[in-house]
Amino acid sequence: MNKGTPLVEMRDISIAFGGIKAVDHVSVDLHPGEVVGLLGHNGAGKSTLIKCLSGAYHADSGQILINGQAVSINSPRDARAQNIETIYQTLALADNLTAAQNLFLGRELVSSRGFLDESTMEAETRKIMGRLNPNFRKFNVPVSALSGGQRQSVAIARAVYFNAKILIMDEPTAALGPQETQMVSELIQELKAQGLGIFLIEHDIHNVMKLCDRASVMKNGQLVGTVDVNQVTDEDILSMIILGKKPAKAA
Amino acid sequence: MTTAPRPAHASHDLKGSPFARFVAATEIDTRLMGMAGALLLIWFGFHFYGVVFNGEGFFLTPRNLWNLSVQMCSIGVMATGMVLVIVTRNIDLSVGSLLGFIGMVMGLLQVEWLPPSMGLGHPAIWIITVAVGLSLGALIGTLNGVLIAYLAIPSFIVTLGGLMAWRGAAFLMANGRTISPVDTNFQLLGGGPYGSIGSTGSWIIGIIACAAVLYGLLAGRKNRQKHDFPQRPIWAEVFMGALGCALILGAVLVVDSYYWPKGIVKAYAEANNIIVPPEGLFISLGFAYPVLILVTVALLMTVLMTRTRFGRYVFAIGGNPEAAALSGINVRWMTVKIYALMGMLAGLSAVISSARLTSATNALGQTDELYVIAAAVIGGTSLAGGVGTIYGAVLGALVMESLRTGMVLIGFDTAVQNIVVGLVLIVAVYLDIIYRKRTK
Ligand SMILES: Nc1ncnc2c1ncn2[C@@H]1O[C@H](COP(=O)(O)OP(=O)(O)OP(=O)(O)O)[C@@H](O)[C@H]1O
Ligand SMILES: [Mg+2]
Repeated sequence: MNKGTPLVEMRDISIAFGGIKAVDHVSVDLHPGEVVGLLGHNGAGKSTLIKCLSGAYHADSGQILINGQAVSINSPRDARAQNIETIYQTLALADNLTAAQNLFLGRELVSSRGFLDESTMEAETRKIMGRLNPNFRKFNVPVSALSGGQRQSVAIARAVYFNAKILIMDEPTAALGPQETQMVSELIQELKAQGLGIFLIEHDIHNVMKLCDRASVMKNGQLVGTVDVNQVTDEDILSMIILGKKPAKAA
Repeated sequence: MTTAPRPAHASHDLKGSPFARFVAATEIDTRLMGMAGALLLIWFGFHFYGVVFNGEGFFLTPRNLWNLSVQMCSIGVMATGMVLVIVTRNIDLSVGSLLGFIGMVMGLLQVEWLPPSMGLGHPAIWIITVAVGLSLGALIGTLNGVLIAYLAIPSFIVTLGGLMAWRGAAFLMANGRTISPVDTNFQLLGGGPYGSIGSTGSWIIGIIACAAVLYGLLAGRKNRQKHDFPQRPIWAEVFMGALGCALILGAVLVVDSYYWPKGIVKAYAEANNIIVPPEGLFISLGFAYPVLILVTVALLMTVLMTRTRFGRYVFAIGGNPEAAALSGINVRWMTVKIYALMGMLAGLSAVISSARLTSATNALGQTDELYVIAAAVIGGTSLAGGVGTIYGAVLGALVMESLRTGMVLIGFDTAVQNIVVGLVLIVAVYLDIIYRKRTK
């Protein structure tokens, strides 16, 4: 599986907040058509690590390579320019805006005269939501009026709409019901088949076993190790998360 | 529906009470209806108070309504900018002092600095003055924005400092002297008989505005058809068109039936060798220039807020600054631009109010910041951020100015006026909180 130049390579990334080393010399990589799970207990540093890739944070040290080229990602704009899309754990939606306005935030469609093309944006949003969440009807209300799951589907739609090559999903199914979770699983498999690389932060070990090709486990800001999911059992991964040690046979 | 960016369309559930159905069909903002109701209450209240206690109502007369339209302009112009500031969860307490300072600089410019080299009454003086006033406002606004966005000093503190500092600076500029009279061309920007466009001009503007309203409704309908979005029922479209045109033409009728004062007519007639007929010469004032300035500013700001990326980002920052930043919006730079715009509008208001006063005084714009903030907040701008409309703020300015004018007319002194305005502000915000809870 892991041959060729990785799509993304994060090398030796460190970032600290005050005295806390949130991410401590962590290296992970991702290939096209691959799903890499990022696992670890609460506060392990998973979100912080991927925020260095999405441009929300700037790593104190370390290197990011896209298709083998070192890139500098200093802002979310830079990340988007590299076709990196992110679903944040907090969803990052502006509550007072509608689904369409959130979906296109920062990348609004404009008419030839430079004015917002509201109707086309809404029509596009209806299309993508029709695919991701056919029951969704609330196109004309601010997203503050949506349920947690509906909000999550808006955030997912935003990441999927812009033809990402690299997708970061920070607990994308946390607020979803079983049916919607199933749809996201199918979506992940579909995107993977299209050749996207996906970083998936996920606590549910069964989803990890089902969806991920490899899993990188973090603890206290450090990387415990990365394993091929089909060479280990879910117990192995759980013990990596809890004990912070790589299982002997996969080492 | 108080979210400022209007969704491309709303659904038309035709159920519920007749009123609910009416609101759903016409898509009228119920909050707007509430404000219009409050305004009518204030207007009729003051008028009938006059009828009952003074034997004659002075409020609903062309003369008073015309004056009201001019007096609200300075506050109204600044209130449109304050919407952006408050929507992004900031505040600007310095606008009144800024207005005073810029007014003073502009006064000195046209009375003491420019005339010696250009000659008194040079036709370019007013243009230079206005340009300097607007630029100076934008510059000081930029300074505010930089302190707030890049040095992370709370806007409340930066602009509270500005409130003190710019008033002091205005005093130092002329050691407290009143600078007058300002350039005669400049004076026209403050309204008055010569600073108005007269009857014909007002009707032309009114008819163009009506045409624009009808065109807007039609274009909106076409656009919805194109995208297969639900349509408003025809009767609702007709109603909206009729209402819009009636309001516009009503305003024209009012300003058209206010005539030049006798003294000015006489001077004008003498200067132009016109013989005044025995029944008198009636020259309509029509819309005053400052009113046209306010309407233009309000339209431009509405377009900016609802149709451009800039406006979208303003709302996004107000709704969730972090999400805005993660979407690639440069929140700090946006903040600087918003304060620069606010400063420029304060400069424009300085033009209007010093032109109207025909002089620059040290007290120009004092306590204006409170009226401006009150206008924006009464107009539905939420201090929690993310929500607000330009038309609401302009209507808020009209409410505030109606209160002030009405109380002056019936003879309340300043102390009572202040108490009433303070109470109204608190009650209005409380009503707004209740309204928001109910429409959630
Ligand atoms: N902006 C910040 N300022 C200060 N400390 C932070 C910041 N962001 C994260 N941290 C700290 O960094 C550490 C890692 O946090 P992070 O959010 O990356 O954890 P996580 O692995 O995503 O956890 P969870 O599973 O709960 O989402 C935590 O100790 C957190 O308190
Ligand atoms: Mg996290």
